[in-house]
Amino acid sequence: MSILDQPAAGASGGLTRRQAWWLAGLLAAAVMAWLVFAVWPAWLNAILISKKAFVSSIFNGVTLAGLYFLVASGFTLVFGLMRNVNLAHGSLYLLGAYLGYEVARLTGYWLLGVAAGFAVLAVLGLAMQVFVFRRLEGDDLRQTLVTIGISIVAADLMLWMWTGATYQIATPVWLDGAVKLPIITAIKSNGDAVYINYPFYRLVVLAVAVVIGVGLWLMLNRTRVGMMIRAGVDDRAMLSASGVNVHAVFAVVFAIGAGLAGFAGVVGGSALSVAPGEDVRYLLASLVVVIVGGMGSITGAAIGALLIGLAEQIGLVYFPTYGIVLTFVIMVVTLAIRPQGIMGKAR
Amino acid sequence: MTLVHQATGQPSRTDAALGAIGVGHLVLAAALLLFPVVASDFFLTQIGGYSLIFGMIALSLMMLAGYGGMVSLAQISVAGMAGYAVAIFGSNNSGVLGFGWPWWILVPFAVLVAGIASALIGAISSRTEGIYTIMITLAIATAIFYFTQQNYALFNGFPGFTGIRAPEFWGISWRDPTPFYYLCLGVAAIAYAAVLYCARSTFGLALQAIRDNPRRMRAIGFDVTWHKIVAYFYAGLIAGLAGVLLVWFNGRISPGTIGVGAAINVLIIAVIGGMRHPIGPFIGAVVVVLMQTFAIDIVGAERFNTLIGLFFLVIVFVSPDGLLGLWGRLRPHLAQETLRSLPRRGGG
Repeated sequence: MSILDQPAAGASGGLTRRQAWWLAGLLAAAVMAWLVFAVWPAWLNAILISKKAFVSSIFNGVTLAGLYFLVASGFTLVFGLMRNVNLAHGSLYLLGAYLGYEVARLTGYWLLGVAAGFAVLAVLGLAMQVFVFRRLEGDDLRQTLVTIGISIVAADLMLWMWTGATYQIATPVWLDGAVKLPIITAIKSNGDAVYINYPFYRLVVLAVAVVIGVGLWLMLNRTRVGMMIRAGVDDRAMLSASGVNVHAVFAVVFAIGAGLAGFAGVVGGSALSVAPGEDVRYLLASLVVVIVGGMGSITGAAIGALLIGLAEQIGLVYFPTYGIVLTFVIMVVTLAIRPQGIMGKAR
Repeated sequence: MTLVHQATGQPSRTDAALGAIGVGHLVLAAALLLFPVVASDFFLTQIGGYSLIFGMIALSLMMLAGYGGMVSLAQISVAGMAGYAVAIFGSNNSGVLGFGWPWWILVPFAVLVAGIASALIGAISSRTEGIYTIMITLAIATAIFYFTQQNYALFNGFPGFTGIRAPEFWGISWRDPTPFYYLCLGVAAIAYAAVLYCARSTFGLALQAIRDNPRRMRAIGFDVTWHKIVAYFYAGLIAGLAGVLLVWFNGRISPGTIGVGAAINVLIIAVIGGMRHPIGPFIGAVVVVLMQTFAIDIVGAERFNTLIGLFFLVIVFVSPDGLLGLWGRLRPHLAQETLRSLPRRGGG
């Protein structure tokens, strides 16, 4: 009886819960679109500093989110499948960045650097899985402790190799420069519109992140390997019992995860910079993104990366000294409302 | 009746007390008390005092991890909160804040601040379980580190606070090596005894039961979340005491003191020592501090982290229970009890 009542009660309110969420989402998107494309009235400029500051913080936030997604997607894949909190993930990012720098500098081809960052780190990830984590299987805590040990040693050895200097990976000419976006920030007194210029490279980073995200999603949801991975996330023992070589699946996933971290290192090192300490920064970013988005979910990583990237950049513009707190508040609120993360499954 | 009972009960009670405390503890206490007689000032503070302080921070982690199954990486941040409280409400040279409270208000206040901070961290992180705790507490510790670095109004940002002095009272300057060593020793002994007592108390037993099977404990009627939060509070008090001593030891506190490296250092100390018994963190602290001090002569100052990282990896691979576990495995061999099979890990 009561079960039958519930949908009726929802319908009598005019909207179901899902419809209400969709409506709220559409409304937010409309407001956002207006904020980005319309010419702002003076009072809005007064509240939000200037349209230029606002729009560029949004763009910076979204492109940073792309970078965070690249790093965190590998982290979340590995965690979802193997319950392995890889605290050396930040080190993989930094190592990829350094390798990309060296290869790009020696060969002169940036794309080779990117490829090397992915390939070398994928092989390294494979080796880590085969030689280290397989030996400690089923012992989550020890696996995590080992990753901590690896990250300490790696950070120290990288400091030895590349010293404390800051590097910038040079991007090729065809990626340099800025593009004029069809977004008007202000109208000059003579009637000319002022458009926003944005670095082309950052837009490319965003596009690459989207492509990789869609690719990962397709791989997970449309291929046989993806099916095995998803089955492994849900029930490792059952997958093994049905005749799949779980260790091979683990190795593949770890290689992809580590490779993505290295790839993100080169891409991120070209957009920002490469220096000791970046490993911790990206480890923290992946942790928070994955905690907010939900462990083991690619979609969750995308949502989490978007939230954290935007929060970080908007915080940087509007309340500089408390920017980190905004990120932190998002994490705490998520944990309070949905401890498993936005897209995480309740276990 | 009571009088007679007391009179006859006296000797047996001392025997019982001896048994309860254990001969090993008495020997250890005697050795530690007599340490200043043989040790130089350098050994007294840089090795002795420093090990005791970091042993206490690691002890607070051991209490959470060993009895509660919650591996928190934010204990150094908790200690740092107490240290910052001492700098902000006590007196410092940085010319920022520094209310100059007397030590007997300041110290309990700072320790309480640490306890509350720890309880809050516990409330956040006990929303999830198991391996997630490491991730969340690491995220919290990093967030606190970045926040103290960015915030100048309260934490004085990157430089932090300098010129924080240990107080002088009862006619003793507690900054001098020997008094400071005894101060650390006394506080550490209290913390150690408290953790030992806690492990045997009803609360401690409930906590260990929650570690082993939270669902069953919830079904019996225990409030699992509150037990965890209270455990975090107690651990925070211990870390807070250590934090006060640490800020007196260094004379300064800055975001670097509570950085990610320091947070992981505490975990390393606890893991190397072993998390099965409260003595483990202190053993780990002595080993790590000795390595820190003398590794410079072996591998050079720069490569110290590689050395400690490799040592840590070896310990994790060889003996999951740290040096204590290693001792537990070797003892039967040393006692030539090879016929008896090795004690199985996880059997107890």
